[in-house]
Amino acid sequence: MATPIAEELAKKQKEISVAEFFERNKQILGFDSLTRAMLTSVKEGVDNALDACEEADILPDILVEIKKVEKARDEYNIIIEDNGPGVVKKQIPPIFGKLLYGSRFHAIRQSRGQQGIGISAVVMYAQLTTGRPTRITSKISEDRPAYQADLVIDTKKNKPEILREETFHWDKKTGTKIELTVQGRYVREKRQSVYEYLRSTAVVNPHARIVFIEPDDTKTVFERATDRMPKPTVEIKPHPEGTELGTLLKMGKATESYKLLSFLVNEFSRVTPEKAREICNRAVVDEDLRPQDINREQANRLLDAFKLVKIMAPPTDCLSPIGEILVKKGLKKEMKADFIVTSTRPPSVHSGTPFQVEAGIVYGGELPKDQNIQIMRFANRVPLLYQQGGCVMTHAIENMDWRRYGLEQRGGSGIPVGPAIVSVHVASTRIPFTSESKEAIADIPEIQTETQLAIRECARKMLSHIRKKLKLAKMKEKEEIIRKVLPLIAEKSAEILNKPVPPIEQVVAKIMNSIIIEDSISYDEKKKVHKIRINLTNYTPHAKKFKLGAVVPSDAKIQNIEPKPEKMDHVIIWDMKRIPSTEKRVLGFEICGLDRDDYDENELYVDGIDPELVSGAEEWDATAFEEKSKMTEKGEEEIESESETEESKRTEIKEETEEKAGRKEETEEKVTEEKIEVKNVEKKIELESEDKESKKTEIKREEKKEETGKEQWELEKKKDETKKVVKEKKGEKTEKKEVEEKEEEEVEKKIESEKGEAKDSKKAEIKKDIKEKAGKEREEQ
Amino acid sequence: MTGEKKTEKGKETIQKLENVASEVYDRLMETQIPFVSLPVRTKKNIVFSDRHSVWKYGDTMSERTAKTLDGAYMLLRTMYTIDFIRKQINTKKSSTLREMYYISEGWDLAKFHAQQESDRLIEDMEIMTKGMREDFKLRPEENGASIIGNITIEEVVRTGAKRKINCRDDIGDAGYTIPYNVEKEKIKFKDWDADFIIAIETGGMFDRLSENGFDEKSRAILVHLKGQPARCTRRLIKRISEECKLPVVVFTDGDPWSYRIFASVAYGAIKTAHISEYLATPSASFIGILPSDIENYKLPTDKLTDQDIHALKSELSDPRFKGNAYQNTAWEDEIKLQLEIGKKSEQQALAKYGLDYVTDTYLPEKLSQIGLIK
Repeated sequence: MATPIAEELAKKQKEISVAEFFERNKQILGFDSLTRAMLTSVKEGVDNALDACEEADILPDILVEIKKVEKARDEYNIIIEDNGPGVVKKQIPPIFGKLLYGSRFHAIRQSRGQQGIGISAVVMYAQLTTGRPTRITSKISEDRPAYQADLVIDTKKNKPEILREETFHWDKKTGTKIELTVQGRYVREKRQSVYEYLRSTAVVNPHARIVFIEPDDTKTVFERATDRMPKPTVEIKPHPEGTELGTLLKMGKATESYKLLSFLVNEFSRVTPEKAREICNRAVVDEDLRPQDINREQANRLLDAFKLVKIMAPPTDCLSPIGEILVKKGLKKEMKADFIVTSTRPPSVHSGTPFQVEAGIVYGGELPKDQNIQIMRFANRVPLLYQQGGCVMTHAIENMDWRRYGLEQRGGSGIPVGPAIVSVHVASTRIPFTSESKEAIADIPEIQTETQLAIRECARKMLSHIRKKLKLAKMKEKEEIIRKVLPLIAEKSAEILNKPVPPIEQVVAKIMNSIIIEDSISYDEKKKVHKIRINLTNYTPHAKKFKLGAVVPSDAKIQNIEPKPEKMDHVIIWDMKRIPSTEKRVLGFEICGLDRDDYDENELYVDGIDPELVSGAEEWDATAFEEKSKMTEKGEEEIESESETEESKRTEIKEETEEKAGRKEETEEKVTEEKIEVKNVEKKIELESEDKESKKTEIKREEKKEETGKEQWELEKKKDETKKVVKEKKGEKTEKKEVEEKEEEEVEKKIESEKGEAKDSKKAEIKKDIKEKAGKEREEQ
Repeated sequence: MTGEKKTEKGKETIQKLENVASEVYDRLMETQIPFVSLPVRTKKNIVFSDRHSVWKYGDTMSERTAKTLDGAYMLLRTMYTIDFIRKQINTKKSSTLREMYYISEGWDLAKFHAQQESDRLIEDMEIMTKGMREDFKLRPEENGASIIGNITIEEVVRTGAKRKINCRDDIGDAGYTIPYNVEKEKIKFKDWDADFIIAIETGGMFDRLSENGFDEKSRAILVHLKGQPARCTRRLIKRISEECKLPVVVFTDGDPWSYRIFASVAYGAIKTAHISEYLATPSASFIGILPSDIENYKLPTDKLTDQDIHALKSELSDPRFKGNAYQNTAWEDEIKLQLEIGKKSEQQALAKYGLDYVTDTYLPEKLSQIGLIK
């Protein structure tokens, strides 16, 4: 009898080795061209090194060296050395010599590791293209010798094979060093080069120091900008929303829980026993079912139920954004520019996955004015250098009208033209890449919205910077007129006519027609004191009075305010009494205890005067000011928690809500009974309130056109956060779960009632917290 | 007698200049921002003067005010220039425009950064004082071009002697060179025997016509324009045309720049529109090369450059070329035709048909078209 064809096929199938798989999927893995292969090799090594250092809480000190192999065409030695914790001897072979081996594959947390295909693929690539083994050197403790191994991968079995090993003294505390030889091509000028990758990496990893030695021995040191380690990332359980069928079944098999109910509570994030019960009821699956026994049918019903039951959004404290100040520092040290502005959005969620967006704009300096702006994209602190056009971050930029922010843009969409770099960093527990090569993020509407909000905040500041510069240039010209040219005109005309020289002070005031505010910052390195001086001249033909405000960081000590201010909060406010035409005033203050870079631009505002008359200060815009003070707070706490301030605000609101609704608390059980009913009402409320919210926010942001739809989602998010606060406040007291849910609903009822009252324009006592919540835009209404 | 006259003229000029300074001074005394008003000197602000049949500046005024940096510097330079001219008149000296530009080097902040700036300011001051730069004792660097033809000129030469020169018999092959001052006190026309004046753009064609004896055969006075003609060349053409009652024809290349040369001879140049009535000869006719000539005579051509095209388009919005009311050439149609064919030709391209073609065929045909010869 003939062998079945399947058997024959099976023989062949076995022979498809890892090597072949690799060969066939080169482009997916990032080795499709010689240039890119070089970049991918370095990238994997450096990402690994950074991750290892962070996990061990060590400030990374990384050396990257590329050397041309003599007499070999397109062959290079790559050495990547770090000061991380090292790798124990036993783990070296699998980590470096086995494809798809790693600790991070299943973990739900923000890490670089999920980025690429791993260092083992590089080892494989080196072996396949040059036939050379990879040398790993590792030292895990100061009092132990270093271990070194030369290894190759058995491509048939996907197993590591040690060719040589030894131990020796290595003059280094701890660390890992990889040396391999790959076929590649070294370029420097291109945007997609090793140099650019390392420079970009240095921008988003300001805590890392990277030394780079190029084939021609050029040595570049990317110095660290901060000694603060990024906030460690936290592993979280998967959130029901966004869970897929296979994952659910797999989790069911793997769990240690005995019953479906406890499985849901223990293995998922944000699932309370009540919610779990509700899920089981909705899915019509027995809550005592053994999780291992869940069948496909039941799993599908459970997934449906996940969507129907309202489950709190996943925690977002697992994310580790870089932070506004550090993004700024990172950009500053690698870019030469006039102006850098950054912004970090509060964390957000899409399909059960937390994410957070940070943006920065670098403007002016030597950047070309007549070319497209540069876009720097980052995902979990890793630069994305390829597939720019297919990335949500790029799309977010293209879909903004940049003309309103002072850049050129044909037709109001597409990549704008101007001397600017826009950088965007998306941090998430799971970055939704468009493909396996992980170079572009998919078009998730939530991510696009957040990206635009972050960029807009920067763009607004950029615009006011551009305006300020233009105004300044104009003032400089006028100064030239009044200081140099006009006196000479007066002199010469008098000389010609043989008459006395006419006085020109009044004419000077008419020409300037402006209050000139000149500010300066000097820094005393020893005392850590910023000294701020503000010179103010009334170059208008009339006497003027107005208020002047200077925004100051709230965490720093402010002293020696001259003259005595009217008010001092996040803002120093001076009441400038009548200043006669052509007279001067001098003001000043000092900030103690900040680093030089923490305060590098004064933010001055004027009120009670036509801002057009003032050069050197912005119009007092209540909205902008609010933002400012929020930012300052954020800046100070950026490492601890980016959204703390916003959340604490909501907590206040909540507390008030509690007081107001105090009587309801007494009828707690009743509320519970009414729960389902309330839920239905809630849906309606939600729709209505979203509607209103969107109208309000429209006013707040001028970008009416672009905002549509976004606001609704914003509201959702706000609610999620509010709820989160509620939970975190009461979280420990698990027995009060019902109270908690009731409270959630109250928050929503509260929103509704606030709106109702405001609509009836009753100036109730509630107004105060409405304002805090919805912002001042309502007042404008 | 003449000396006294000159001093009087000088006094008048000084008075006019001091009036300008006064305006600025008085404004300062009144604590007002000083400024001077000048007509806008672009093609957008030229209008046809029915009285003189030439194009002059319109009513659109621009203020040069000390409010702007450029305006302030302009005022300052005006003060210095007034001072300089006043001294020059008082010391009975004269200087070239270029010399004045170099003299401004010593004016510190008020110095000019290019001769163009100082030339332009002098033009502005002509407007402000309603005078001519000759009154300021300023003259251009270069003299005018040449004349060949049967006309006798009496020139007061530098020694003060009067000298009669016949522009056919008393000169060499280069012709009589037009001095920068061609006013009556300097030049008078004594005798002439010619039917018309032909103004020619290029030296090559001027020499061709003279070598072929066109002046004698066709009873013409040849005037070389040397590209964009100097003020004195245009003034002389106008004076001969008016005082000797001779018609004027202009013969240039067939490109946009040449049309502007014709316009400055016939209609008045934009830069000197304040004195168009002195310089322009409204009766002048254009005898090519026109775009239609390029086609009709099948002339060798060059492609229009981007600048050419830009210049042509700009001429379409130049009121002097607009419509056909004041001129005998259908400029709009011709310019559009040229844009369409995308070609230009030089007058010397006529040599394609032999060296005599221009004098034997082309010019006679053209001149008979406008009725100058039969």
